[in-house]
Amino acid sequence: MKIFGVAILAACFLVGHFIGEELGRFFNLSGNLGGVGIAMLLLVLLNHYLKKKEILKPETESGILFWSTMYIPVVVAMSATQNVKAALSGGWAAILVAIIATAACYALIPLISRMAKNSQSYKPESNA
Amino acid sequence: MHELVKLLDKNGLIFAFLVVGFIMYVSYIASKRLTNNKIPGAAIAISAGLIIAYFGGDKGLASVSAFSGMALLGGSMLRDFSIVGTAMGASLTEIKKTGLIGLLCLVLGTIIAFFTGGTIGYLMGYTDAKSFATIGAGACTFIVGPVTGSAVGASSDVIAISIAIGVLKSILVTIITPFIANKLGIDNPQSAMIFGGLVGSTSGVSAGLAATDVKLVPYGALTATFHTAVGCLLCPSILYFIVNYYL
Repeated sequence: MKIFGVAILAACFLVGHFIGEELGRFFNLSGNLGGVGIAMLLLVLLNHYLKKKEILKPETESGILFWSTMYIPVVVAMSATQNVKAALSGGWAAILVAIIATAACYALIPLISRMAKNSQSYKPESNA
Repeated sequence: MHELVKLLDKNGLIFAFLVVGFIMYVSYIASKRLTNNKIPGAAIAISAGLIIAYFGGDKGLASVSAFSGMALLGGSMLRDFSIVGTAMGASLTEIKKTGLIGLLCLVLGTIIAFFTGGTIGYLMGYTDAKSFATIGAGACTFIVGPVTGSAVGASSDVIAISIAIGVLKSILVTIITPFIANKLGIDNPQSAMIFGGLVGSTSGVSAGLAATDVKLVPYGALTATFHTAVGCLLCPSILYFIVNYYL
C-alpha cells in the first residue's frame, strides 16, 4: 500500500529532525542542525537496504515517490510566500553582499569539481 | 465574494494545490511556446512565484486573504518532507564517491561566504566584529545569519540585513543556477553535491537544481542541508573569534 511508503518517509523525516534538534541542543544553538540532511541519509540507507533484500514493493515506493515529485510545486509555493519586498529593502549592502558572496561560491565549483575528478582517476591506481 | 474568500481560506491547502497547479501549467506552456523549452518550466514557475510574492505582504502571496494556504504548502514542514522524499532518487554509491570532498566543500563554502560577505559589509561601514560576523554568516544562509547574530549579540538591524542577504542569496541561486549550470559543469551527482555544499542555501540550491535537472536535486539538497548546520557551528564560534581577534 502507498501509505506504507508515506509512513517510511514520515519516520525518516521525524527521526532526522529529532537528531537534528538534539544536536542543536548539544551545541547550544537554537535550531535544527542538519535534521533534513540526516533524514535524507536515513532514507538513502533504508532504500539501499530494502532494495538489496528485495522487500521494497513498487507500490510502497510510489508512496515516497509521490512526495518527491511534489517537490517542485512545494518550492513554487515557497517562493510565492517569501518576503521578497523586505529582502530587496535590505538596501545596497544586502544586495551587494548577496551577489558577491554567491559569485565567490560559484567560482569555486569548477575548481573543486576538477579536484574531485583528479582524485578519482587517481584512486584506482592507488588501490591496485 | 466574501463567502467565496471564506470558503477558500477554510480550505487553504486545497486551494493552494489549485493555485500552484495553475502557476505551473501556465509556466510550462510559456516555457514551451515562448522559449522553446530553453528556459525550464520549473524555473519560470519559481520566478513567477517570487514576482507574485513581491506584490504580497511579509508572507508574500500568503498575506493576501484566500491565499493563506500557500504558507502551509510552501512552509518548512512540507518543503522538508518532499526534500527528504527526493532522497529516494539518490544512490548510495554516488554519495560515497563525493564523501570527503563534500565535507571539504561544506567547510570551504562557509569560510568563503563568511569572509567575502563580512569584508563587503566592512567596506560599507559595518566595521565591528559582531556586525562583520553576522553579515558574513548571512552570506551563508538566512538561518545562519540570525543564529550567529543572536549568539554574538549583534544589533537587530544588522540581523535583519543578514536575513535579507540570505534570502537574496537563495533567490539569486534559484534564478541563476539553471542558466550557468552547464558552464560550471553541474551535470552529474558529484558536481551537484559539490555545488550544494559550497553554495548552501537549501531552498536556492534545490529550487535551482529542480529547474536544471530534477535528478540532481537529492544530491545538491543533501549537502546543502548540512551547509546550514556547519555554518551554525563555525560562524558564531571559530570564525567569530578570528574576526574578533583582528578587528
